[in-house]
Amino acid sequence: MIASEMLMAPEILMPVILVLPVIAAILIRVTGNNPNLRETVTLITSVIVFLLLIPLAAEVLSGGRPTLILAEPFPGMPLQLTLEPLGMIFALIAGFLWPITSIYAIGYMRGHHEENQTRFFMLFALAISVTLGVAFSGNLFTLFVFYELLTLSTYPLVTHAGTEAARKAGRVYLGILIGTSVAFLLLALIWTWFLAGTLDFIPGGILEGTASPAMLSVLLLLFFFGVGKAALMPFHRWLPAAMVAPTPVSALLHAVAVVKAGVFTLLKVSLYIFGPELILGLPVTEFLSYLVAASILLASLVAMTKNNLKARLAYSTISQLGYITLGALLGVTGILGGSLHIVMHAFGKITLFFAAGAILVAAHKTQISQLDGLGRRMPVTFAAFTLGALSIIGLPPTGGMWSKWYLLQATLETHQLVLLATLLISSLLNIAYLLPIPLRAFFAKGNTDQTAGIQEAPLLCLIAISITSVMCVALFFFPQFWYELASMAVR
Amino acid sequence: MIAANLPALQVVIPLLAAPLALMLRRGSLSHLLALLVSVVSLLISYSLLQAVLTSGPISYAMGGWEPPWGIEYRVDAINAFVLLIVSVIGTVVMLAARTSVAAEIQEKKQSLFYTAYLLCLAGLLGITTTGDAFNVFVFLEISSLSTYILVSLGRDRRALTAAFQYLIMGTIGATFILIGVGLLYMTTGTLNMLDMAARLAPLTDSRTVQAAFAFLAVGTSLKLALFPLHLWLPNAYTYAPSMASAFLAATSTKVAVYVMLRFFFTIFGVEFSFDVMPLGIIFMALALLAIFAGSLVAIFQDNVKRLLAYSSIAQVGYMMLGVSFATQTGLVAAILHLFNHAMMKGGLFLALAAVCYSTGGTSIANFRGLGKTMPWTMMAIVLGGLSLIGVPLTVGFVSKWYLVLAALEQGYWPVAVLVLLGSLLAVIYIWKLVEAAYFQAPDEGAVVVKEAPLSLLLPTWILIGASIYFGIDTNLTVSAAESAAAALLGTGVQP
Repeated sequence: MIASEMLMAPEILMPVILVLPVIAAILIRVTGNNPNLRETVTLITSVIVFLLLIPLAAEVLSGGRPTLILAEPFPGMPLQLTLEPLGMIFALIAGFLWPITSIYAIGYMRGHHEENQTRFFMLFALAISVTLGVAFSGNLFTLFVFYELLTLSTYPLVTHAGTEAARKAGRVYLGILIGTSVAFLLLALIWTWFLAGTLDFIPGGILEGTASPAMLSVLLLLFFFGVGKAALMPFHRWLPAAMVAPTPVSALLHAVAVVKAGVFTLLKVSLYIFGPELILGLPVTEFLSYLVAASILLASLVAMTKNNLKARLAYSTISQLGYITLGALLGVTGILGGSLHIVMHAFGKITLFFAAGAILVAAHKTQISQLDGLGRRMPVTFAAFTLGALSIIGLPPTGGMWSKWYLLQATLETHQLVLLATLLISSLLNIAYLLPIPLRAFFAKGNTDQTAGIQEAPLLCLIAISITSVMCVALFFFPQFWYELASMAVR
Repeated sequence: MIAANLPALQVVIPLLAAPLALMLRRGSLSHLLALLVSVVSLLISYSLLQAVLTSGPISYAMGGWEPPWGIEYRVDAINAFVLLIVSVIGTVVMLAARTSVAAEIQEKKQSLFYTAYLLCLAGLLGITTTGDAFNVFVFLEISSLSTYILVSLGRDRRALTAAFQYLIMGTIGATFILIGVGLLYMTTGTLNMLDMAARLAPLTDSRTVQAAFAFLAVGTSLKLALFPLHLWLPNAYTYAPSMASAFLAATSTKVAVYVMLRFFFTIFGVEFSFDVMPLGIIFMALALLAIFAGSLVAIFQDNVKRLLAYSSIAQVGYMMLGVSFATQTGLVAAILHLFNHAMMKGGLFLALAAVCYSTGGTSIANFRGLGKTMPWTMMAIVLGGLSLIGVPLTVGFVSKWYLVLAALEQGYWPVAVLVLLGSLLAVIYIWKLVEAAYFQAPDEGAVVVKEAPLSLLLPTWILIGASIYFGIDTNLTVSAAESAAAALLGTGVQP
């Protein structure tokens, strides 16, 4: 009895949650010869992990900030887990979408006859563990450690196919992510340590008054370009390159876990290292936010030119990540909007990727121009795609509206009319590159010879798509939970 | 009785064991002796470090002749730490040696290998313990001569030219050191290091002292393979037997760095070396060149042993960069990297020995498909490589953290950026191996490769494990490096 209570203590739950997927990875390796058993391990672990996150969320909502020091490699700079509202949001998203993606992945990997499935599911579980580590990180140093581990653990998933193209994509992936993190982010980290003597996350920041505004501006730039996972142009190329991976990887890791780890880091830096007020006062902030705005618009424009569905979605992600990066620069309301956008974009984009994968498995199509008339053959997939697209655009009745609402409010509060216009134009561009896809599928007259015989995607894929697309709508009606967490973070 | 004589036994035991190993004639017996001696010296150096950290420096008068007249063995925080590095590496390498040496060296030459190893160990330990400047030269020659033998035992015939090249360069270096020591003896009339330091303090204007300084700077730089005096190193590491490469790569340049620290910090004093003489700026420039030249050349190597050899040149650059700041943090970074690099490079060279054992070579082509056939060896290489790159939770990260911090403390922004950019070059040459091992299929008709035996894997993983462990728990290494750095900066500055 006491032992079980100890195990359920929030401080202990965090490492337990991190270790469970690692144990699962080992079990997946062991049960590799029996695919059904292997998949059972994945599903059960992912559900347990999500269920264990719920008491943690309750703890955080009631004001608790469970903390656990794992080791202290440097004096005063421990490897530390601390759960706070922003991390809770990220952990819940990753923890909720892992079981769903697992259901989807089983259907996809089997339907698509992928090789090395044991390795795939093993590495996937490890990547989830590291992602949750990012969410639980109690200081910037720990966050950096998990950030780097995330790059390394997802690299073999990107290169899963083992082909020359996958290898080249892997080089771009690793080159940009490791390159920016070592050259800029690590420098920023050591510099921060040098200035502030700590890397703890303290509400209001730790850098106020430690250096001249000009120096802090350089530091801010180092952070924003050092977090390559946020895919701020010109360090965005790794994300389209990563699309060579199997679709479940693109869906959960490269639309949610990895990219959100990037913008999550930026939100944390903004909130707990610089402090929103300090950032607003820096001379470089305006310049940087215009740069982000340019990244948002350019990525949208590039997305319009892409005929490959996954590539278009990748550029759409780059553009959407810009929203959150922008939020990190726009004070507390911006951070609130950015945090909500992590949630809304996660559900919207994962739906779109699920749909893209379903189309690939069912119809073997990758190009948008080949989709004419497919809507009638795959109505569930394309209906879900439409809902996901609406949420990305930010239209009711989908959750995407709320995050965009707060982001727009933040631009008004800071009197940044250019940024306001950017967000509005970007929404129009979203419509232009996303909605034609389902319109084409439903209304364009396809070549009946080519679409003949095509059926809906595997059932497991459809279940996953349905859940995420329904969530997009549900978030419109019930955003309170996430709003509460996000506003706790900025309060 | 034994406890009091530990500093002497540290050197005497391997020295006496060396001829014994030759007389045993059988490779297996010589190996047992060498292993035993290595373990004993590990125990001695560990107890010495404990004694020094708890109760301060130990002075031992050789033959009862009191310093400064007799030869003094003096163990303080810094050389106790280096002794530990050398004897740890010696022990782990000897654990792996039986299998690898039996495969690479003819039976009748095996006892010769262990004899040379024991001599080299005695020499390296001797250089480190002695408090006598001329004695440093004597042990330097012992270790160098035995190193030439170790290198020439390589099965490739190019090992002979490599050994000869090293002989020439090494002798030049040793001669420069001898001239430097001779000039110092001429001006101060003493060979005891502490005595010398005290008498040198008022002589900073002396031309002779400055000339001695220059000779020692060049001599030690040659020995520690500071760019552009590194030319002997790549061939020596490449063609030596795998075990010799592993032992030398992890120890000999480290000991040379120690000698340099001793001369410039303890004897000349930090003020003379870095304020009166422009050592800081010279070392900084050469160190940065070493980092970039070494890493860039490493990228284009086809033989992985040579690749790691050039990487070693770059890593020496990191150590010397830390030294060039002549600050507490800079020295901590340098001394930490001494230890950390010994762990990761030792582990990597042992893994290469396993690759060589199983595939018969160490070129990139030998690595194709090893991800599947030798998973444990390859995983060790990947982890060691990540440590070279400086990924967090590895020792490489710890060194890099302190090094960049030291640069920022001095306000050397460009240097901090260059250090980080340099570590990105390591990504490229390590990833060459990763791609060959995990993405390329072995050549058609190549022999089927099996995972290396446990006798090679275990020692490899001891060092690789250490390079992870000490990346997470830095208590021992950082505190030892901090007290060593404080000792180096403390003596010489104050009268």
